Amino acid sequence: MQNKKPKNVFQQGAISSEFIGNSIYKHQTKTSIGAHNIFLGQVRADEIDGKTVAAIEYTAYEAMANQKFHEIRESAFEKFDLTCMHIYHSLGAVNVGEICLFVFVSSPRRNVVFEALEFIVEAIKADVPVFGKEIFEDESHQWKVNS
Amino acid sequence: MRITLKYFGQIAEVTEKQEEQIDIEAQVIAELLELLYSKYEGLKSKDFQVAQNQELVINTAEITGAEIALLPPFSGG
Repeated sequence: MQNKKPKNVFQQGAISSEFIGNSIYKHQTKTSIGAHNIFLGQVRADEIDGKTVAAIEYTAYEAMANQKFHEIRESAFEKFDLTCMHIYHSLGAVNVGEICLFVFVSSPRRNVVFEALEFIVEAIKADVPVFGKEIFEDESHQWKVNS
Repeated sequence: MRITLKYFGQIAEVTEKQEEQIDIEAQVIAELLELLYSKYEGLKSKDFQVAQNQELVINTAEITGAEIALLPPFSGG
């Protein structure tokens, strides 16, 4: 099930609920799977100094980022008994309330998917060169920092 | 040696460009950074990491790559 070449993880704009639902549907044919786990990152309307975030605009060092996503994928398959995994990240503007990160892991057994998902999401936050610009309602901006 | 520099996020705001090609005599990353600090004063106060050919490198690393990127703090997800 392991895919050896780096995939393009990026999608322009928000990741739609239809896309996510369809991804789940596509796994119905993979009948060795007993458990899925899904992480959805949603853009939060943070309030900073009296101003409210309206959207995050994502840019990335795409070649390096896709390589890092690939390395995270390889090490996740090595560490955990996964049947498959998928990662999608937005580029460009994503409004508050919309989804900007979709990570989907599947395994025969449930305990694996809890651990694997956390490992993957934390690695994405730490190692992948993606940059979020928080755009406020008054169109000013600041650069997001992961906490 | 001719290298391509790539700038992202708040670093690109300081340099006012996302990419440029320059000829350098610098041998290590630290020397290249000195050059960039004199060219772009605002970089000094910025937090960033350096990637050479898409791998993070330390300041004492030798310049071997054709593509060097200045990466501000990652904030994906």
